[in-house]
Amino acid sequence: MAEAVATLAVSVWRGGAEGRFVGYAVPRRANQTVLDVVTYIQQRLDPGLSYRFACRVGMCGSCAMTVNGRPRWTCRTHVARVAGADGRIEIAPLANLPVIKDLACDLSAFFDKWAAARGSFVGTRTRRDDFARVSPAAPQRRAVDAAIECIGCAVCYAACDVVAWNPDYLGPAALNRAWTLVNDERDGAERARLSAVAGDAACHACHSHQSCTEHCPKSLSPTSSIAGLKRRTGLAALTGKI
Amino acid sequence: MGPRAEVLLWLAQRASAAVLAACVAIHLATMIYAVQGGLSAAEILGRTRGNVSWLAFYAVFVLAAAIHAPIGMRSVIREIVGWRSRSLDLALCAFAVAIAWLGWRAIAGLFR
Ligand code: SF4
Ligand code: SF4
Ligand code: FES
Repeated sequence: MAEAVATLAVSVWRGGAEGRFVGYAVPRRANQTVLDVVTYIQQRLDPGLSYRFACRVGMCGSCAMTVNGRPRWTCRTHVARVAGADGRIEIAPLANLPVIKDLACDLSAFFDKWAAARGSFVGTRTRRDDFARVSPAAPQRRAVDAAIECIGCAVCYAACDVVAWNPDYLGPAALNRAWTLVNDERDGAERARLSAVAGDAACHACHSHQSCTEHCPKSLSPTSSIAGLKRRTGLAALTGKI
Repeated sequence: MGPRAEVLLWLAQRASAAVLAACVAIHLATMIYAVQGGLSAAEILGRTRGNVSWLAFYAVFVLAAAIHAPIGMRSVIREIVGWRSRSLDLALCAFAVAIAWLGWRAIAGLFR
């Protein structure tokens, strides 16, 4: 067991849209994550604290919060990375989403936008058809590979200024998902999807300022995916496909 | 406005930006070159009057500006002010016509 080396001064957002930061003293340990800190507070200091997590290993995407002003996945963010020698950490809910209570946000809008961007696969084969053979080396397949590892954590969505300015903007994650499907040669809804992701509430609203890419814990680049959508929708508009 | 129209507007803005980049570079280089010897307004007019090449160049310059600026302003206004209705598109069409009209009138003054 690692020894507590000091005490962290942790400020945690309590309440809904209206609320305040409450201070907690949490023992500092080696290899401690921000999620460990939140869990310590909930288990030892204040059982009323609400927050979300599931996998604790960076797979489910449910534990994202604002840590010292930046959106992060808390289960894979070590305290050593965010707290200086003074041991101060401020933990707030994600930005750009309505707060339900404390550190838990309502992600409905985030996921509704995935649906609006036609973020689900539309198959063209039946169970009687053979498997599709997709070459791993094909450029389209490589484009999918580069964007597919999204865990739906909404960190990029919270980091994007355009989401804050234009509430209708589909946002980086939904557009990144659409890009993987636009490049999926088995998918049969390209035309509808390109129409859904074109325009001022979609890929053309993106300023390419790369905040999403900078913050994505999976090191994806939604900015590049959105640039790809701009090219693809441009071509589709010129050839009358949308 | 449908998705196709939005995309075409975006493409028009990018294309006009490319034209503007070239036009601005040529315009600035010419200005710097022309004033070095201390050209007067009358001397400049002497060179532009009846010169079809300069007329064509500045006509394209004005056209690119008239396309580029209103589309860019459309995005900025929609995002920052939240004015998103059809009336904005109409107002910006009028703005485009005003830029083209004023610009071309000025060029005609240099040519005639
Ligand atoms: S690059 Fe685009 S999607 Fe990413 S944060 Fe900037 S505006 Fe948002
Ligand atoms: S793109 Fe990255 S930051 Fe955005 S939801 Fe997916 S994993 Fe999270
Ligand atoms: S708890 Fe699953 S990603 Fe953090």
